[in-house]
Amino acid sequence: MIPRIYIPGDSGALALGAEKVAKAIEKELADRGIEAKIVRNGSRGAYFLEPMVEVATTDKGRVAYGPVKPSDVKSLFDSGFLTGGHHKRWLGAPDKIPFLARQTRLTFARCGLINPLSLDHYKAHGGLKGLQNAVAMAPAEIVKQVAESGLRGRGGAGFPTGIKWKTVLDTTADKKYIVCNADEGDSATFADRMIMEGDPFVLIEGMAIAGVATGATKGFVYIRSEYPHAVAMMQKAVDVAREAGLLGVNVLGSPNAFDMEIRVGAGAYVCGEETSLLNSLEGKRGVVRAKPPLPAIQGLFGKPTVINNVISLASVPIIMDKGAAFYKDFGMGRSRGTIPIQIAGNVRYGGLFEAAFGMTLGEIVDDIGGGTATGRPVKAVQVGGPLGAYFPRALFDTPFDYEAFAARDGLIGHAGITVFDDTADMLKQARFAMEFCAIESCGKCTPCRIGSTRGVETIDKIARGIEPEKQIELVTDLCNTMKFGSLCALGGFTPYPVMSAINHFRDDFKPAPVAEAAE
Amino acid sequence: MGLVQEIDYGTPASTSEKQVTLTVDGFTVTVPEGTSIMRASMEAGIAIPKLCATDMVDAFGSCRLCLVEIDGRNGTPSSCTTPVAPGMVVHTQTGRLKDIRRGVMELYISDHPLDCLTCAANGDCELQTQAGVVGLRDVRYGYEGDNHVFKKNDGAENFKWMAKDESNPYFTYDPSKCIVCSRCVRACEEVQGTFALTIEGRGFESRVSPGMHQLFIDSECVSCGACVQACPTATLSEKSVIKIGQPEHSVVTTCAYCGVGCSFKAEMRGDELVRMVPYKDGKANRGHSCVKGRFAYGYSTHKERILNPMIREKVTDPWREVSWEEALTHTANEFRRIQYQYGRTSIGGITSSRCTNEETYLVQKLIRQGFRNNNVDTCARVCHSPTGYGLGQTFGTSAGTQDFDSIEKTDVVMIIGANPTDAHPVFASRMKKRLRKGAKLIVLDPRRTDIVRSAHIEAQHHLPLKPGTNVAVVTALAHVIVTEGLFDEAFIRERCDWDEFQDWASFVALPENSPEVVGQLANVDPEEIRGAARLFATGGNGAIYYGLGVTEHSQGSTTVIAIANLAMATGNVGRPGVGVNPLRGQNNVQGSCDMGSFPHELPGYRHVSGDAVRDIYESLWGVKLDDEPGLRIPNMLDAAVDGSFKGLYVQGEDILQSDPDTKHVAAGLAAMECVVVHDLFLNETANYAHVFLPGSTFLEKDGTFTNAERRINRVRKVMAPTNGLADWEVTQKLAQTMGLDWNYQHPSEIMDEIAKTTPSFASVSYDYLEKMGSVQWPCNEKAPEGTPIMHISGFVRGKGKFIRTEYVATDERTGPRFPLLLTTGRILSQYNVGAQTRRTDNVMWHSEDRLEIHPHDAENRGLRDGDWVRLTSRSGETTLRALITDKVSPGVVYTTFHHPDTQANVITTDFSDWATNCPEYKVTAVQVGASNGPSEWQLDYDEQARNSRRIATLEAAE
Repeated sequence: MIPRIYIPGDSGALALGAEKVAKAIEKELADRGIEAKIVRNGSRGAYFLEPMVEVATTDKGRVAYGPVKPSDVKSLFDSGFLTGGHHKRWLGAPDKIPFLARQTRLTFARCGLINPLSLDHYKAHGGLKGLQNAVAMAPAEIVKQVAESGLRGRGGAGFPTGIKWKTVLDTTADKKYIVCNADEGDSATFADRMIMEGDPFVLIEGMAIAGVATGATKGFVYIRSEYPHAVAMMQKAVDVAREAGLLGVNVLGSPNAFDMEIRVGAGAYVCGEETSLLNSLEGKRGVVRAKPPLPAIQGLFGKPTVINNVISLASVPIIMDKGAAFYKDFGMGRSRGTIPIQIAGNVRYGGLFEAAFGMTLGEIVDDIGGGTATGRPVKAVQVGGPLGAYFPRALFDTPFDYEAFAARDGLIGHAGITVFDDTADMLKQARFAMEFCAIESCGKCTPCRIGSTRGVETIDKIARGIEPEKQIELVTDLCNTMKFGSLCALGGFTPYPVMSAINHFRDDFKPAPVAEAAE
Repeated sequence: MGLVQEIDYGTPASTSEKQVTLTVDGFTVTVPEGTSIMRASMEAGIAIPKLCATDMVDAFGSCRLCLVEIDGRNGTPSSCTTPVAPGMVVHTQTGRLKDIRRGVMELYISDHPLDCLTCAANGDCELQTQAGVVGLRDVRYGYEGDNHVFKKNDGAENFKWMAKDESNPYFTYDPSKCIVCSRCVRACEEVQGTFALTIEGRGFESRVSPGMHQLFIDSECVSCGACVQACPTATLSEKSVIKIGQPEHSVVTTCAYCGVGCSFKAEMRGDELVRMVPYKDGKANRGHSCVKGRFAYGYSTHKERILNPMIREKVTDPWREVSWEEALTHTANEFRRIQYQYGRTSIGGITSSRCTNEETYLVQKLIRQGFRNNNVDTCARVCHSPTGYGLGQTFGTSAGTQDFDSIEKTDVVMIIGANPTDAHPVFASRMKKRLRKGAKLIVLDPRRTDIVRSAHIEAQHHLPLKPGTNVAVVTALAHVIVTEGLFDEAFIRERCDWDEFQDWASFVALPENSPEVVGQLANVDPEEIRGAARLFATGGNGAIYYGLGVTEHSQGSTTVIAIANLAMATGNVGRPGVGVNPLRGQNNVQGSCDMGSFPHELPGYRHVSGDAVRDIYESLWGVKLDDEPGLRIPNMLDAAVDGSFKGLYVQGEDILQSDPDTKHVAAGLAAMECVVVHDLFLNETANYAHVFLPGSTFLEKDGTFTNAERRINRVRKVMAPTNGLADWEVTQKLAQTMGLDWNYQHPSEIMDEIAKTTPSFASVSYDYLEKMGSVQWPCNEKAPEGTPIMHISGFVRGKGKFIRTEYVATDERTGPRFPLLLTTGRILSQYNVGAQTRRTDNVMWHSEDRLEIHPHDAENRGLRDGDWVRLTSRSGETTLRALITDKVSPGVVYTTFHHPDTQANVITTDFSDWATNCPEYKVTAVQVGASNGPSEWQLDYDEQARNSRRIATLEAAE
């Protein structure tokens, strides 16, 4: 048997040098005259170990090495890594690596394991069963199963996916659409990208199921332009899927028609907001639309549209495969199933950690993440991207659950976590939140358009010590105006990081001692 | 008197028939399903604060002032975007809402100039009003932050500040005052349909931008004024308001430009007109306007307006200013002398389609009662006389079948020989709105007019037929409908004469009427003809709109008949959304026809030979009326050249410029002994006049206009006539001077006489119009509220009549000497002969007539864009500059006739419609070649015109 070497083609791994490693391995194979097959898999998500090279051995199964540098390659061959030989980068069986072993991989079960473009691999690892089941069911039954699974939108809002689908199913129209929101712009998030690069068929399968369930015949994946590898991967995967009859006029030979297109965004964060995304897809300016009408009733081109995040759609195949009860069995409270937590920032073990809802923030940051990369104490954690609240250690007992976070004026959003050590200046972080909103505001509604700019200016006044108490009161009023007055979550959630910084880290908002001029 | 205040409900009305009851601040209100909470509240008299909402455009939800709280619902939804629901309990004022609103307003004002006292919108600023409403007392952010207000911040250039754009002649755009509510952008899109405006930049940098950061004048803006009307601040301001100040009272009146008949509020300060604002209750325009009606009223105070009567012995003499008495006595004496010398029928008159119904009625009455003949005609002769004939023959009435609202229910629009975006812009906007919502479009026009392809609109079928082939192509459409069995048999059997239909069907089915044969001679792809026919016959409610491209042909009447046939064959008559709709050129061309302006018809289209009809007038007027039709305009001119017609009273029409074959018209006028021109200006016809009677504008008199949908709209006097007398008074004084016993105190008394003598106007009176706003004739006992849609249960003539429409090519043909076909038309910014619009800033858009020519034809002749070219026909020649464009097909050239120095009608021939003498303006064989400048004729004409406009200055007494 020809040895099989897995080198991730995932953007994160590439950023850490995977391409150079791959080139070095190819060269080494040629130099040594060894015949081997290189598979460019996705990442398993343990980015602190990337580039993580795996070898499929006959006796020991897959053996992982990482993080591999190009300079390690020669010695890897010398150590017999093609048969799982020991080396300083040796990690052993990947599924035994604690960071991976502790996870509950439902959505990401195949990510990093298979050749992303091999439909055979996909099927061999449980793929397509969900869609096969779905095409044999009545649309209402599919929708019911998704509803019963408790799946909620993974984009951040946590709206029950089943209800959204039911609205689209129940709305009659000559045309309906499935739109996948892959405009993953939150800081510290990469789950969408990872799955699109590592297991694109699961998303295609999920969208096809959504199409069959709601009567939509056309799907669009709107991917941010900053994800060129994901765009290329999805495009190739759609071609493969269409070739294989997974997409087209008869999905898997059923009477259901469903086809897909990949569309690329143009760099606006706000186009991750669903109605802006729809405008952008239609070729208009990416500004937010007022709701109602809901996209489920008047969405893309005015037609009923399911617009879901990548992870929501990619979680559907397993639900349709193993059943609603199986999926619902994971999680806590009203947060059911698993959530791919993305741990980033100043953290020791950064990466994607899929787990059932319910772990505490402390477990995630300290146990899984291993504390800060700098080794200094954790000061704050921002959960949910640039619009998420900063939680101090005092709130580390908060379980990872939509309602629990909301109860503490926070949000889990798209489940990105950014860790800060004690050198972070929370006033600067609050200012950054306002500045981010000012840069990314679409400009439609007044609180966001003008408020964010005034927010930056007012926080600057605090920093300069100009009547700080009055300014804090003004920022507090401004946050109230923005939170309740903004048209969408961009302006509406900017107060979360700002007010959490003020409320939990008040000391950082005291005027800096003015340096006395030396006399 | 005060300003006419219109309630802004914030969002458009819902048309749902289902009613929903909810509670707003404890008050119960019932509204149609789909109504916004904002509108429902306003219906209950509760005004929710708002800035970005206005009921001319759809809800947008951006200003965030209109937030409300709803029992049982989370958050603070915006009331403009949230529809009502049964049993909903809404609170519009809570502590939480007040805080948010004040917070939002504080943000607005932190980026807005504080120059309220010197601002043009002071007293009419919604931002100012709402700041008061929400109780803003302090802007804690200060004014030193990022802004669009100041040119410099702390001495450094502020790149966000933008200078005021004053490029448009009528309004200014001051970005420093903009609150980015997008009302202007949405009005441009939704109301006007031009999509000239957008928001550039994002976030704090968002600013309104004409096109791609252009000046207004350089952008696609058509200056309709919808954005200015929509603007809640001084950002978009009329220059007249900036100059004069806020108006203090307003009067609702009717525009005096095209046949759409828009209602406007003339907003006044004293007797000074501050601005014209479209009136939302105007049923023709529904609150919209175009550049002419909205802004181009400056001609009324133009320095060239003549305010004193003038007379002269010979047309080569300078004018001599005289008193009204002298002018009228002179005229009366001259007319009596001529009649004595040359006979009763040696004088006549021309009524004006720009004057009121009452004035038109008086002119024809003067001629019939005073001149004792029927030598009366009107400019409809040269535009829609074939409509009168064609629709009269087939349907039984001489008017469009629909109201304008009908377009909202149309599924397939067919436009034949009309250019609505230029000539009927406000109705075009309503049409485009419907087309954007999915109605299909078929255009038959030699040119690719703007509506063929514009923002979000593309015609399914454009048939660029060769000028002069209308009858063939429309008959070919019928051929497809008949031979493919797409006709509406049930409709035809019930409403029309089946035998006549069969005869007609056998005719249209002949092979020579097939698209394949007709396509050859008309240069149209036969498949496009078939496709258009199928779409029209099977696409749902089909409505035909047509213009002078149909009527101004040697077979104009035949095409009108062919159109009527097509509508009847497809069952598209007698309900909303369908019909045959002539788009009338002038404000009161319908009315002037209704009022008996034709030599063969008394008011109400009743032939002069009818004894019973004459009896009515004879007993009222106390004279015997001539029972023989009088002379049409071309006949009058012919008779003048022959020496048997010597005197003419022309009210408000410029036949020398507007009628075909200018040289012939000039010869006719020159042969007369007393030409009386009653007009605002010394127009071209006045070059040949002996008496000039100064006219009054529509702002200076009371009356009524009847628009293209038969709607009788009130014209109200907003200022005293600058010339001293309204036109109706001048005609009355002339009649009195000629010895007639007229004694009208007010135009309403004239209307009473019209109502008393004309069955289709029987219930019309000024009191009734006051009550109803407007009515569409017939308005009588059978139709007390007027008649929006005609022929509902049957045709006026009984059974609809199918008439064969044989195509006979015009005698005007191309040949080696004249290889191109010239067709003529209009442009948005100018109106008709331009007498009014050329005396306004509208000349900025169109300062000269240009000759549109296809690049192939231009290249063959070595012409470049902008070159002077000589345009020659069998009748004459002129020069103008070329405009190279593929809007016209090869072999076709096009020009407008707005400017007297071009005189396009020197070129046109004296061919005319076989039935009505309507001139064939739309087809002239011409040659085009390079030129060095104005032709000799143009130079001579200019010299003569200058000479004949001299007014003698009084010599100082020594």
